[in-house]
Amino acid sequence: MKKTASTRSRWWLAGLIQCWAPLAALFTSPCPGADHWAFRLPHSPAIPRVSDSAWTQNPVDRFVLAQIDARGHQPSTQADRSTLIRRLSLDLTGLPPTVDEVNLRLHATSPDAHERHVDQLLASPHFGERWALWWLDAVRYADSNGYEVDRPRSTWPYRDWLISALNNGLPFNQFAIEQIAGDLLPNPTLAQRIATGFHRHTYLNEEGGHDWEQFRWEAIVDRVHTTATVFLGMTFSCAQCHDHKYDPLTQEEYWRFFAFFNNVDEPFLDVPTHAITRRRKDLLSQIATLEKTRAKVFPLRSPPPEDRSENTWRQQSIDLAFEKWHQQESVHAVKWQTLVPIHYTSQMNATLSPLEDNSLLVTGDRPEIDTYHVIYRIPAGPLHGLLLETLPHPALPKHGPGRGSVLGDGAFALSEFKAYLIPQTVAQAQKSVSLSFLRPSATYQQKNRTIELSIDGDKLTSWHIQGGEGRAQWALFPTAEAVRVNKSTRLSITYLMNFVHQQTLGRFRLSVTQDPKPLHLPTHPRAIVSLLATGSQNWSPQQRFQLRNYFLSVAPELAQLNTKIQELRSALPDLATTLVVTERANPRTTFLHTRGEFHRRESPLTPDVPDMLHALPQHTSRTRLDMAKWIASRQNPLTGRVIMNQIWQEIFGRGLVRTPEDFGVEGVPPTHPKLLDWLAFEFTHRNWDLKSMLQRIVQSAAYRQSSRISAEAVDWDPTNKWIARGPRFRVHAETIRDIALMASGLLTRRIGGPSFFPPRPDLGKMIAYSSSAWKVSQGGERYRRGLYIHRKRTAPHPGLASFDAPPRNTCKVRRRRSNTPLQALALLNDQTMIEAAQAIAHLIINNGSETEAERVRYAFRLCLSRQPDLREVKSILEYYHRQLQRISAGTLDPATVAGIRKTTPENSLDALAAWTATARVLLNLDETVTKE
Amino acid sequence: MHDSTELGIHRRYFFRDCQFGIARLALASLLGINTPRATEAALERSSGLPSLHFAPRAKRVIFLFMAGGPSQLDLFDDKPSLHKYDGKPVPTTILNGQDLPFIESDAALMASPLKFNSHGECGTRLSELLPHLGTIVDDIAVVRSMQTDAFNHAPAQIFLSTGHLQLGRPSMGAWITYGLGSEAASLPAFVVMNSAGSLSGGAACFGHGFLPSGYQGVPFHSRGTPILYTNNPPGYDRQLQRDSLELINRLNHDRFKTVGDPEIATRIKAYEMAFRLQASAPELVNITSESQDTLDMYGIDPAQPSFGRNCLLARRLVERGVRFVCLFHQGWDHHSNVVDGHRKACAVTDQPATALIQDLKQRGLLEDTLVLWSGEFGRTPMAERNPALGRDRGRDHHPNAFTSWLAGGGIRGGQTIGNTDDLGYHVAEEPVHVHDLQATLLHLLGIDHTRLTFRHQGRPFRLTDVGGTVITKLLA
Repeated sequence: MKKTASTRSRWWLAGLIQCWAPLAALFTSPCPGADHWAFRLPHSPAIPRVSDSAWTQNPVDRFVLAQIDARGHQPSTQADRSTLIRRLSLDLTGLPPTVDEVNLRLHATSPDAHERHVDQLLASPHFGERWALWWLDAVRYADSNGYEVDRPRSTWPYRDWLISALNNGLPFNQFAIEQIAGDLLPNPTLAQRIATGFHRHTYLNEEGGHDWEQFRWEAIVDRVHTTATVFLGMTFSCAQCHDHKYDPLTQEEYWRFFAFFNNVDEPFLDVPTHAITRRRKDLLSQIATLEKTRAKVFPLRSPPPEDRSENTWRQQSIDLAFEKWHQQESVHAVKWQTLVPIHYTSQMNATLSPLEDNSLLVTGDRPEIDTYHVIYRIPAGPLHGLLLETLPHPALPKHGPGRGSVLGDGAFALSEFKAYLIPQTVAQAQKSVSLSFLRPSATYQQKNRTIELSIDGDKLTSWHIQGGEGRAQWALFPTAEAVRVNKSTRLSITYLMNFVHQQTLGRFRLSVTQDPKPLHLPTHPRAIVSLLATGSQNWSPQQRFQLRNYFLSVAPELAQLNTKIQELRSALPDLATTLVVTERANPRTTFLHTRGEFHRRESPLTPDVPDMLHALPQHTSRTRLDMAKWIASRQNPLTGRVIMNQIWQEIFGRGLVRTPEDFGVEGVPPTHPKLLDWLAFEFTHRNWDLKSMLQRIVQSAAYRQSSRISAEAVDWDPTNKWIARGPRFRVHAETIRDIALMASGLLTRRIGGPSFFPPRPDLGKMIAYSSSAWKVSQGGERYRRGLYIHRKRTAPHPGLASFDAPPRNTCKVRRRRSNTPLQALALLNDQTMIEAAQAIAHLIINNGSETEAERVRYAFRLCLSRQPDLREVKSILEYYHRQLQRISAGTLDPATVAGIRKTTPENSLDALAAWTATARVLLNLDETVTKE
Repeated sequence: MHDSTELGIHRRYFFRDCQFGIARLALASLLGINTPRATEAALERSSGLPSLHFAPRAKRVIFLFMAGGPSQLDLFDDKPSLHKYDGKPVPTTILNGQDLPFIESDAALMASPLKFNSHGECGTRLSELLPHLGTIVDDIAVVRSMQTDAFNHAPAQIFLSTGHLQLGRPSMGAWITYGLGSEAASLPAFVVMNSAGSLSGGAACFGHGFLPSGYQGVPFHSRGTPILYTNNPPGYDRQLQRDSLELINRLNHDRFKTVGDPEIATRIKAYEMAFRLQASAPELVNITSESQDTLDMYGIDPAQPSFGRNCLLARRLVERGVRFVCLFHQGWDHHSNVVDGHRKACAVTDQPATALIQDLKQRGLLEDTLVLWSGEFGRTPMAERNPALGRDRGRDHHPNAFTSWLAGGGIRGGQTIGNTDDLGYHVAEEPVHVHDLQATLLHLLGIDHTRLTFRHQGRPFRLTDVGGTVITKLLA
């Protein structure tokens, strides 16, 4: 929608007011932002001298201590071992250590125990899960499309790719390039193509009647925003509507940068996962085995005569049945000639490409409605009918044959099928002849949405195939009267598809027949029909063999066997799919959009990177891959700093630059500029190795400090920006869940795969439109890590949302951390927490501790990884006994609290219930959900 | 600029140095937002409201969000002239090349078959589907010249809620509670409820965007316990819950003494508040305490979830100091048979919406409670017909002109603002853009919409983006 004139004038006024202050600054500075610290290349800074070099473990500490020194303070002492063990484990794997592990490590006496722990954790397969959480927020990963319909989507192969890339230590420059432009690498691997899912975590509008081009464009706006934010820490989006008000970025530069992204198509990609491939292979080999038995079990027409072996007689029985069959089938078989499309267009800019079999495949833009105009070469002579084959293809949703989304993935609706014979030369264009058809038929049609509706002249009615997706569907159009096609005539077909929800044709082929026989819809594949029409006298032995084999697959005599084979075929599992991008062969033109509005195009632009940073190499092309390399380059002053800052923030709770999304002029300058430069330099000059940078950070003495806050520290550094103590803050929403599952032993450690559905409270009417039922996962699936929870955008899981997990609408490089009563309620009453408490009660009972105090200590260590002090033990025991008393007084029902339905010996049931309540308290402690 | 980690931890600092005073802190201590974080809002360099910009006319808002797009032509915008064109194709000069997804460019115009009558002293025209509203027209201001920027449900709902088409921006309720804080001791400051269908725009319509997450709207159930997670687990009675909270807080307190992190103190407070909330939530929805007259006025069965019950709950919420209540009722998207569809929608909304105004008025609450009734857009003057979709005599989405109404809190009732052209297609007089409506809302709450801002990604953002003019004609 266009804004009104009055809106426009208001915009100017408000814009002027808003701009005033920074504009004033512009006038006084000759070249704004040009000498901004973040736009200068980081170099390796000199390691500073410090007051206490014995304290330092590595250069990180020198930079940290120098700042503490400068303020006349001292670092904290080292945290105690069990705190440090838990801190490390949470930071590197997102899971707390087990009690045994803590025991083992507490007893390790070697001087490098900490270093060895770090190395082991970095090698853990859970490392990738922990750090995927960081990146999934940044790339706004979710399991649903967003907007009104908000249907589920399959992009989990991207998440699997991410976890394994992090685990395998894929160098970060490569990591960036594969996500931004993996499809453009030479001979891209499947993994590199999956990585481009980075661009596909955008919202997808599937509301009926939306403007595809507008929302495609909106998605690109979001991709530019995300790429600039996560890699460059820049607010490029400000320049969508006008020159950036603070940073040296013009609106034209914004749209030039946009142009790198504007040339993608957005297909599905089949992902042959190991499990599915194996299952398919199994089934296919069973099918092949069964197919081979056909000729061996074909029923004999009579007992074999004595002079014939059973086998010979069986072959003769087949031959006889085959003869009868093909004679019968040949009666209706006509010869179909496939037409070659020579000119083809989509009115809504979808991409039509001819395949070898002369079918047209439709990819690229996926408009709500469309009209295709196709001109075919047609043989001269009589014309008796047209055969339209719509065909499946892996590039289509659910393999087609249509491009439909809502109301049938892979379905289509053909509103009007119009055919004209046109002269070859334009001069005679007026002489085109419209063809009319009689009694069309189709292999599949919905009730009241029949094939006749495609030739009824009403473009509001259509032939639908919903319910018949995933396989070829044919339509036969016999001509109403005899038509003669002259030489130098073409056949022009208009395929008008006027329904909603992208129900357009995805792959189709047209054939004609010159045979005057009454036409019937072929019931066999095209190759078989052709052979039948040719006549048996013309068959080569090979063709005869082929046809006879085909006969066996449809022979009524083998109905039972063939049904079984058919069942196996339908049991073949679909391959998993994921969303990727590919570069278009026919590039789009990018324009400067006035005031950033979709409808308002100005001059066309070519892609380029902004002037404020290093230029692209002179002789390179200007592709998305070149841009990706430009981002992941050592010459880029931002990427290294921005990523190191995000990593630092994950570990210490705040970045060295406190505005990780803005390294521009208006961002907050780093507290430790030299440390940031050192980290960035090391990172970009030592193989972009994330793990090794993390290793250095967590091995530092700064990291190992105790996180206790003295009254003095509250005064001089309340937010710990000078890092004179260790980090202490509440963990991420997902990690809270993981801690509870780990403590209770319920955790399923399986890595990767589709998202799952944990229990959640009934959201009633607040759930978004067409929400597919939230089918709670059962068994071990239910206890997977928080990272794998199904992310539905319009109705986020309330347990995650209340603990600040972003809804993944837009990219987030910083999670807020709130501390609210609603969190308390979620932690107290969420079903998963209750199940964890119940499981912990069992662990306590079965642990073999002799005294109740020992049991308290054990339970405490399960949840907090440290020994409780005497006071804590006493408080907990008092509580435990009070609950036991209430149970024996009959005011609490132990079976319900413990979640036990079966009868158990009463003593242990009471204890189980009281321990369950106790465990629930422990799971709710501030320390349990905090990294100390 | 301060962020959450910066201030979340540091209450003492605030009390010592804050120039905004303790009163604001009290105002800002909303449920769902811990105290230090509310101070963060107050300290945000380019935002926060040390004091209101104007004397407020309203203190709280009830937004009746008629999601789906009510047809202004069958409810408010009486177009006798449209009868002349009934059944005739829409003139091409009107469409001006605009594409409509479900309507052909030569679609027939459809006059409303419904009767319109004048009501009240002011003579406001309403269709026969709104008999109850007719009795209070002197209290409401009808705006027939609303305009929005989006055509599809989800984007348009998000636009009306957040002032932006892009995602990730705070909703009106979040902005307002951020600016004004809460007066509710044991309830959230921003509550949303839903009746009828599920909401197209989803959680983004009541999200906190880039504001701290405590400002997001808290969805209340229309059945059973209103707030998620307020029910104790099976087998846990109030005594066990109290015992548990005491132990949690005692152990947390011990830890606080050892490690000194003020965040622990905040958590202790949060658990105390949670416990109070568990008690106050059932009291809130216990509407058997309401008189039979009140129930009759709303026309509701107190046991059944309905828009009417939500209206009554909204009154109870604002009585208890809740700042912003949003009642979604997604039940107006009639692409087919718009008259019958709207007849049903009005049957369940007209009486309760009217009763809400009357009820607020008789309790003296209407004076400073602003009530807004609006859809995300309106519907076309052309009929929608599509046999393939089984549609006939419907109307399509129409962002160019639609109708909203307001009442209470500084609104001058008994007036109609704006006019559309003869066909009801374009606004002809006094256009009111969504941003203007939002600016006016904030104005009535004592806030200059250009000055309630929040720094995000290096610049101040606001509800009204770069637009918005206060519609002074609406003000009493």
